[in-house]
Amino acid sequence: MKTLSRLYIGLILLFLYAPVAVMIVFSFNSGGSVWVFEGFSLDWYKGLTTNTSMLTALEHTLIIAILSSVISTVMGTAASVGILALRKRVSRSAVMSVTNIPMMNADIVTGVSLMLLFVFIGNLFTLKESLGFFTVLAAHITFNLPYVILSVMPRLRATDMSLHEAALDLGCTPTQSFFKVILPSISTSIFTGAIMAFTLSLDDFVISYFTCGHYQTLPIVIYNMTKKTVTPDVYALSTLIFLAVFVLLILYNVLQSKAESRRGFNV
Amino acid sequence: MNKKSFGSRIVAAPYMVWAAIFIVVPLLIMAYFAFTDGSGNFTVDNFMQIARFKKAFALSIIYAVIATIITLLLAYPMAYYMTKLKISSQRMVMMLIMLPMWMNFLIRTYSWITILANTGLINKFLGLFGIGPLQLINTPGAVILGMVYDFIPYMILPIYTAMSKIDNSLLEAASDLGSNSWSRIRRVIMPLSLPGVISGITMVFVPSISTFYISQKLGGNKDMLIGDAIEYLFNTGPQYYNVASTLSLILMVMILVCTLIMNRFGDDEEVVV
Amino acid sequence: MFKKFLSLLIVLVLCVTLCSCGYEYQNPELQCKYTRELAGTELNVYNWGEYISDGSEGCMDVNREFERLTGIKVNYTTFESNETMYSQLKNGGVSYDIIIPSDYMIGRLISEDMLEKIDMSRVSNYQYISDKYKGLYFDPAQEYSVPYNVGMVGIIYNSALIDEPQHSWGALWDEKYKNMSLNFNNPRDGFMTAQKLLGFSLNTTNEKEWDMACEKLKAGKSVLQSYVMDEIYGKLETGEAAIGPYYAGDYIVMKEVNEDLEFFYPQEGTNIFVDSVCIPSCVKNYDAALLYINFLLEPEIALANAEYIGYASPHTAVINNPDYHEYLGEEFYNILYPDMEALYPGDSALPENERKVEYYHDLPESVRMHYENLWLDLKLY
Repeated sequence: MKTLSRLYIGLILLFLYAPVAVMIVFSFNSGGSVWVFEGFSLDWYKGLTTNTSMLTALEHTLIIAILSSVISTVMGTAASVGILALRKRVSRSAVMSVTNIPMMNADIVTGVSLMLLFVFIGNLFTLKESLGFFTVLAAHITFNLPYVILSVMPRLRATDMSLHEAALDLGCTPTQSFFKVILPSISTSIFTGAIMAFTLSLDDFVISYFTCGHYQTLPIVIYNMTKKTVTPDVYALSTLIFLAVFVLLILYNVLQSKAESRRGFNV
Repeated sequence: MNKKSFGSRIVAAPYMVWAAIFIVVPLLIMAYFAFTDGSGNFTVDNFMQIARFKKAFALSIIYAVIATIITLLLAYPMAYYMTKLKISSQRMVMMLIMLPMWMNFLIRTYSWITILANTGLINKFLGLFGIGPLQLINTPGAVILGMVYDFIPYMILPIYTAMSKIDNSLLEAASDLGSNSWSRIRRVIMPLSLPGVISGITMVFVPSISTFYISQKLGGNKDMLIGDAIEYLFNTGPQYYNVASTLSLILMVMILVCTLIMNRFGDDEEVVV
Repeated sequence: MFKKFLSLLIVLVLCVTLCSCGYEYQNPELQCKYTRELAGTELNVYNWGEYISDGSEGCMDVNREFERLTGIKVNYTTFESNETMYSQLKNGGVSYDIIIPSDYMIGRLISEDMLEKIDMSRVSNYQYISDKYKGLYFDPAQEYSVPYNVGMVGIIYNSALIDEPQHSWGALWDEKYKNMSLNFNNPRDGFMTAQKLLGFSLNTTNEKEWDMACEKLKAGKSVLQSYVMDEIYGKLETGEAAIGPYYAGDYIVMKEVNEDLEFFYPQEGTNIFVDSVCIPSCVKNYDAALLYINFLLEPEIALANAEYIGYASPHTAVINNPDYHEYLGEEFYNILYPDMEALYPGDSALPENERKVEYYHDLPESVRMHYENLWLDLKLY
């Protein structure tokens, strides 16, 4: 039973990693193809440094991911507080239903509806160009917000009201109490929300595809590359990103287990 | 100031304005396009044209249903076996499942071409034994494989989360009361992991039915799925915006209906996605 | 274990940053000609995929060169077909300063007032354009476009996988090549293959003929492996597909990778095209656009592009350059610059709509809507 279950887990992981392995192997191809392996070389990694279109796209992706996750975290946390303060249950559930829409809806529908909005606004003001940095940023903030709110709100709801009341009794203003008492107690869920937003933004292709205009993010550039001959430089870049994430996750796990064993958990 | 809250409801105002502009208004504009013709007159003609897209709708639904079922069948045992591992290994496996999600899905999908192609890795390997080449790429099977591959983490993770929340004492009680391992799975684990299954199904079904990349790359770009049709129409010019909006609206309604039905099953309002 | 891993990663990253040895190109003459007056501005260029020398494999990176000389930042994006480009321009989402459409699309853009006139007096290198390609039907006064590349469509096949087919469009319908043949993924070129096979003019306004061509394409769909544009490179080069129609210039690029590929112009005739540089009316940086057009026509730049892209050039300094002849070799030269009289005897004497080799013309809106709808039906079929 035990070997069977291990084998099964192994097979599923093999399935998940087969294309990743292909990608890593072909990133070291000395030939220009992602089909035939001709020999080992680091040429594609070297080539990355001069590949301006890909580096610019990477820069765009990071800028959008950072800005959109920060803005949506701040706005989403404030929204969670405010939504919980709504007196009527009806209005609360109405707001939550709207919040759920981008999360439930297909990306392509969100993407095209936002594009229609931006083009409509552009035509309204007879802009020469309606899509670009601000539209892709707005789109990313929009699809990040529900994830932040759904991460923060349950934690906020579970926070003991007496903490807040105690702070008020001890002479804090409500604002002080919020920043000094409540915020630290929900910081983990805010952090989770922010990380989730960052990841989603980094990986988003479909919504950016319809809203980015000239401000092309990495997934868009990769999409355009897969429309012609794909050269191993895309694989090289992806391999580097993969390694970076891999190292970060391992570090995070190691740190977490250390912290837990220090606290006396038996892991 | 409401005494029972941590702050004023005013702080939600920016979000509410934002949600109105970027969530509600776009959908209204889309609905407006869906019910008008090119010059802005009301019409239901666009809905009459839907018959043209019946094959695309049918294929999308069939592929998405099959992909969701296969994903569930693969993911359920995976999640179950994971809960049987040591906690540290569980965390490791979780990490390994999430790691590929950080990679661009276009690249991961594209890599499958190298594996499945007529001159690809599998056929080269089979060729060593004089078999093949098998037609793997450009088939419905390849499209479904792509969907299963891209979305399986969204199935494993919620099921695993639901299962790992099951109290061990329940299982012990079940064995004390004489259940064997199969009936423990059927009577205890299955019902208690249902919320995870429900959200897993929605999280796989929605992207599968609306995808527009997988079918183009792995399916040979011959059969349009509904996502492909929407993308094609929006890229072909403003004269198709009305029909494309109608398709998007229908797709959205289909997804909402499915989600609502699934949530009925789950009878847990937090399950939504 | 982790330490080892980390150090490996660091070494890797260092390798990448240290070994950046890009191509450097110096030409003092050009340096004098191009001032940096517009430095700091941006230029949005919208071109076909694989349609400029981009610095890969040691060739010249034309956009970077332009940036270096002028200090103008080039935002370079690509499109797949005239139709995609048109829809992007039409919807107003994005603005461009330079676009490179084909003949019939230029005609449409002019008629819809979507192009800006090019001030030829400021494009001194315009003198290099061969007279043969000046004042063509889509831009008779040559006010809106500067020819960039010319070419014809033919069929490429892999001689290691299949025997030489009959030189006919019918090869794309041949059951022998089931799952091995490709066709165009854009309406004008896609319909062309069927129209030529059926003996229709490419510019017919008879909707019945378009319907019949569509039926023909539907019948061929079960044989086809895929509808492709530039994906054809990968598919033919690796032997994933055995036969498909594409632009002659691309064949030359593919042949460098796969020796087994062969090419022919089908006997029923084909499409001839001119892709030209234009400035759309949404232009934001007109002066830089003129500079860019002039730069593309610099003999050296045009040569680098002609060699990289592989298409036939309308640029006299390129055509008359002996090194270019030598670079191409006899076989490629004859494909790019064929003796039309030998290939299609008597064709050029015929009235235009009876010729085997035809340009695409922009068609009346009703016909256009009709064939676009047929194309959609074909894709949904």
